[in-house]
Amino acid sequence: MNPRFFLLLFVMAGLVVAFAPLPVLAVTPQERTFRIDARQYAYSPSELKVNAGDTVNIQLVSTDVVHGLYVDGYDVSIEADPGQSATLTFVADKPGSFRFRCNVTCGAMHPFMIGKLTVGTNSWLYRSIALASIAVIAFFPRGKKDERTVA
Amino acid sequence: MNRIELTRSPFIKNALKSRYPQLAVFIVMLVGYIFAILSGLIGSRVGSHNFSIVFVWIAWWAILILVAVPFFGRGWCAVCPIPLPGEWLQRGAVLSPPDKRPKWLNLRVPKMFRNIWLQNISFLLLALFSSVLLTTPNITGIVLAAMLFAAIGLSAIFERRAFCRYLCPVGGFIGLYSQTAPIELRIKDKQVCVTCIGKPCYNGSSAGYGCPWDVFPGGLTRNTYCGLCLECIRTCPHDNIAINLRPFSADLAKPSTRMDEAFKAFIMLGSAMIYAGVLLGPWGAFKDAAYNVGSSAWLIYAGVFLSIIFGILPGFFTLGLLQTKSKTSLKQRFASLSTALIPLGLMFWVAFSLSFVLTNASYILAALSDPLSLGWNLFGTANATWQPMLTSILAPAQTLALVGGLIWSARTAQKAAGEVKASPIPVIVYCFIATCLMLWLLL
Repeated sequence: MNPRFFLLLFVMAGLVVAFAPLPVLAVTPQERTFRIDARQYAYSPSELKVNAGDTVNIQLVSTDVVHGLYVDGYDVSIEADPGQSATLTFVADKPGSFRFRCNVTCGAMHPFMIGKLTVGTNSWLYRSIALASIAVIAFFPRGKKDERTVA
Repeated sequence: MNRIELTRSPFIKNALKSRYPQLAVFIVMLVGYIFAILSGLIGSRVGSHNFSIVFVWIAWWAILILVAVPFFGRGWCAVCPIPLPGEWLQRGAVLSPPDKRPKWLNLRVPKMFRNIWLQNISFLLLALFSSVLLTTPNITGIVLAAMLFAAIGLSAIFERRAFCRYLCPVGGFIGLYSQTAPIELRIKDKQVCVTCIGKPCYNGSSAGYGCPWDVFPGGLTRNTYCGLCLECIRTCPHDNIAINLRPFSADLAKPSTRMDEAFKAFIMLGSAMIYAGVLLGPWGAFKDAAYNVGSSAWLIYAGVFLSIIFGILPGFFTLGLLQTKSKTSLKQRFASLSTALIPLGLMFWVAFSLSFVLTNASYILAALSDPLSLGWNLFGTANATWQPMLTSILAPAQTLALVGGLIWSARTAQKAAGEVKASPIPVIVYCFIATCLMLWLLL
């Protein structure tokens, strides 16, 4: 078959995988509360999972120096003094995976003090892996031809 | 698309032949480099507020990996200030025609070191200490100074730019990835070089210096070891040297068979993945281990780091190659097919750096206004607050880079497999698995 047709087919499949809306499971929004201990240069717990629409309460407790918590994509933040706690509340209305990170310079490794918030399904990761799969499949027919040539 | 000779333009050609534009850039870079050393040693102890850390590991790194290497190959080496003082001392001149008498010892680098294994080792040494290096200003200052003095020392002992060619931890991977760049320095007509008397491009003449990178331009087929110093453009008496625009990754059509270059590809691929997990991941224990140099946790981290790079990654690659039949030796297949990891590794670094740079770029504004932490406010931005940039496009941009890199690698694998008469499928599957792992680490 015409290779250009295959290319067009794979490009279209890629566009569908990248941009097609996915069905969203209807889950009743809840209020979720997390206590996060912050120390140089880690959060505990460092990975949070909530459903889209949940109201998230984060109680940040700093155990050594002043630490902050800024959530990428939501642009919300709090700071906690040593031994103190601070609370951040926001509605997790954007699905996906977001890093949260310290926004108060807390020491050498401060730029790498990072946690991860997953809201609903990390669909972008699955879409990306699907795109990578399509890209690889697109190369296989030609690869098999090469193999036959060798054999 | 074939080549477009940029040096056909009289403006470009004259700008490249004249030493003054390059010298002007060199001097700015050298002043900036020495300033980075000073600010590392005497500036703020806080890395994210120190000019040295912010300008070297955020600004310079962003320019290098996102622009300079992908689009200009060894373009950075053309303006890198590190070899300059040593080279000036070696030549006994800055701009004047060369003195025929060799300065200093002018020895040839021993044959056993004429490869990039030392560059692989120097990169790995920095990589193992990178959590400290990237965040501690005085360590960055010391390493930058050490590189400058190492370049001077090697110029005093060996001929040409021995540091750049055989030791520079950055030059090794720039050379590897420069093969993907859409720019090259090549000769126009091979016959002209064959009949050229004296080979002034390599040996020097009254018009300029012999190739500082120890390369005979007449034999250039890849960008890897051409530092774009432009000396051959100045010395060629036949106007036979051109700077060309060309398709991306043109050099990879003819894969290398060198194991030092093959392992460089694994080192870079593995390092990008490890950094993505350790530095950008949510796992505090990994960060502790990487930062606490000398502790038992760090020793385990270093062991795992080296095991991934020298054991797991090449091990699975080899296992994949063993699944297919070929008349070519396994060693040659290993070296040639690892060429496919070059575009993949480059795009892994692009994806990693996008996250690191966009998150921390706002530190540049504060460091620019008060580079020595003396309370200055030169541009009114000394108190600029930290704010991540463009986080909404980060994930799509990383996906584009990683999936694009996978496609690029698969295409490269097909070409390399054709050269060694083997199947590209195991290599494509390997690249796919590595890409999925990187996607999981970053997204």
